[in-house]
Amino acid sequence: MTDAVIQPTPASATPEGGHLLEVRDLHVEFRTHEGVAKVINGVSYHLDAGETLAVLGESGSGKSVTAQAIMGILDSPPAHIRSGQILYQGRDLLTQSEEQRRQVRGKEIAMIFQDALSALNPVFPVGWQIGETLRTREGMSRADARRRAIELMDLVKIPAAERRIGDYPHQFSGGMRQRVMIAMALALNPKVLIADEPTTALDVTVQAQIMDLLADLRQELGMAMILITHDLGVVAGVADRIAVMYAGRIVEHADVRSLYRAPAHPYTKGLLESIPRLDVKGQELATIKGLPPNLMRIPSGCPFHPRCPYVQQVCVDVVPHSLVLGDGRTSECHFAQEVLDDSAR
Amino acid sequence: MFRYILRRLLQMVLAFLGTTLIVYALMFAGQGDPIQALAGERPVTEAQRAYLTEKYHLDATGIGGFFYRYFDYVRSLLQGDLGQSLTGRQIGDILQQAWPVTVKLALIALAVAVIFGVTAGVIAGIRRAGIFDNSTLVLTLLVLGIPTIVLAPLAQYFLGVKWQLFPPTAGAEPNFYALLLPGIVLGSLSLATALRLTRTSVAENLRADYVRTARSKGLVKRRIVSVHVLRNSLIPVVTFLGVELGNLMSGAIITEGVFNIPGVGFNLFRGIRTEDGPLVVGIVSVLVVVYLVSNLLVDVLYAVLDPRIRYE
Repeated sequence: MTDAVIQPTPASATPEGGHLLEVRDLHVEFRTHEGVAKVINGVSYHLDAGETLAVLGESGSGKSVTAQAIMGILDSPPAHIRSGQILYQGRDLLTQSEEQRRQVRGKEIAMIFQDALSALNPVFPVGWQIGETLRTREGMSRADARRRAIELMDLVKIPAAERRIGDYPHQFSGGMRQRVMIAMALALNPKVLIADEPTTALDVTVQAQIMDLLADLRQELGMAMILITHDLGVVAGVADRIAVMYAGRIVEHADVRSLYRAPAHPYTKGLLESIPRLDVKGQELATIKGLPPNLMRIPSGCPFHPRCPYVQQVCVDVVPHSLVLGDGRTSECHFAQEVLDDSAR
Repeated sequence: MFRYILRRLLQMVLAFLGTTLIVYALMFAGQGDPIQALAGERPVTEAQRAYLTEKYHLDATGIGGFFYRYFDYVRSLLQGDLGQSLTGRQIGDILQQAWPVTVKLALIALAVAVIFGVTAGVIAGIRRAGIFDNSTLVLTLLVLGIPTIVLAPLAQYFLGVKWQLFPPTAGAEPNFYALLLPGIVLGSLSLATALRLTRTSVAENLRADYVRTARSKGLVKRRIVSVHVLRNSLIPVVTFLGVELGNLMSGAIITEGVFNIPGVGFNLFRGIRTEDGPLVVGIVSVLVVVYLVSNLLVDVLYAVLDPRIRYE
């Protein structure tokens, strides 16, 4: 496939100037017996038709919670959306009824999960699970749904799809199971696919295959994709833009090239430096000292300040604003420009 | 699967021989003079004594004689002859009369457990920690805490005698209505266990990852619960109910005793009380087979319900 593909993007469905999907100043907290954990503290990001946004962050940074808030599948209680908007094609999903949101799930925005073994129902054959939405939501006959399920399994390159359609999830390898998940998510031709750490549970070689498959499918079907991951290596080849999350905030947001060339937030800088390099031998692996904050007691000021090498008094006292650095780059750091200059050097 | 069943059947032969041997030994070990026990109070003539000694090989003594008689018994058992009880009736006939009554009683008890236990369990599981969940918890603990020997006479007294909603005893050929109250009493224990099991299983499965996936597919909640969650939750429940049906089929000594139901448990209890060795051994031998077969069926059923279970 050449690069100059005309993508069948549903631009007409999006209001003028708006994005396909936009999260605006989202705040989510988990109300538990131990106290209130502020999991998402003002996240904003957007996604245009056909593009891939990578959301990067450690466990507990809120990347999956944001995605589940978009899907409307947060468990509440304990989750509680305090404020914010999630606009899909200009309409705020958070003000819609449960029935309206259900219509969006799977058909407009679909999601795949980390561990396909537990995410698939163990007692139903994979073909049944792939075709389920076609039968129940599209009113397809059993035979048609089965035929379409085989097509979808072919699409995600599961060998001998016709023979394996009656097999159960546990009879597949990890990579093949993830392909089943993907086929299931694609059944209703969603415009957005949210992939929540799709390769974390897989072997390294299989990881690459799944990422390639996702990249191919995105091109072929013209979907937009949100790729949630904690693996910087996974992101580079696939994503257009990256949003880096820390303690429930987007600390840096940039296109992939600029971010890899010169990060503008100390956290991103730390992450990039902690990737082991093959070309430098015998060097000690750099790490970010300390631990991610307890979300029930987020540090004052900039939440990253206890771990930050650039820390000053202002970082302890004042929450940094999002600094616009040009080219649509933003960084939530008081010293963003210094970090950027440092990195670029 | 076929090899597995074959192996299980072979194991059953061993289990059958072992259990009947033990019961046979226990029942006849304590007996003094079996011929006098057979005759009861009546005097036994020398000719009768000689005939019976010959017939039952009582002249062979010690361990050798015991095994001789045991295998003699097993041989006729395999030919379908359960022998005679000390009262002179064919044990096969006694069972033929008693079993349909016990089966009816067992099915009523199971139906009670399924209809009320499983349904309430599903509701309690969905509304975990709600009023319904907590009140069923208290009720089931109460039922599980009261032994049948107390529950059965209480139910008989209040529902049968005092308020006269049900016949207090069943009689010789009980109809469905007469068996209803004993069935409910007998089923209440299974009901309570089935309820707790269903409730835990449903609550656990509702938190499973595949439920999140089903929600992200945009399925309606009713379908997620009734298809995805229930199909998984009922695997342990169905298995439990299968084992329970096997137990119920072997008769309920206390319930049948209290309500005077002429079932298997009733006859077994009478056999034990009157020291009727052949009757007890005969009934227990058949119960062993029922129990073994029902357990095998449950294991096979388990593999059918859960595709992850494979028997090699």
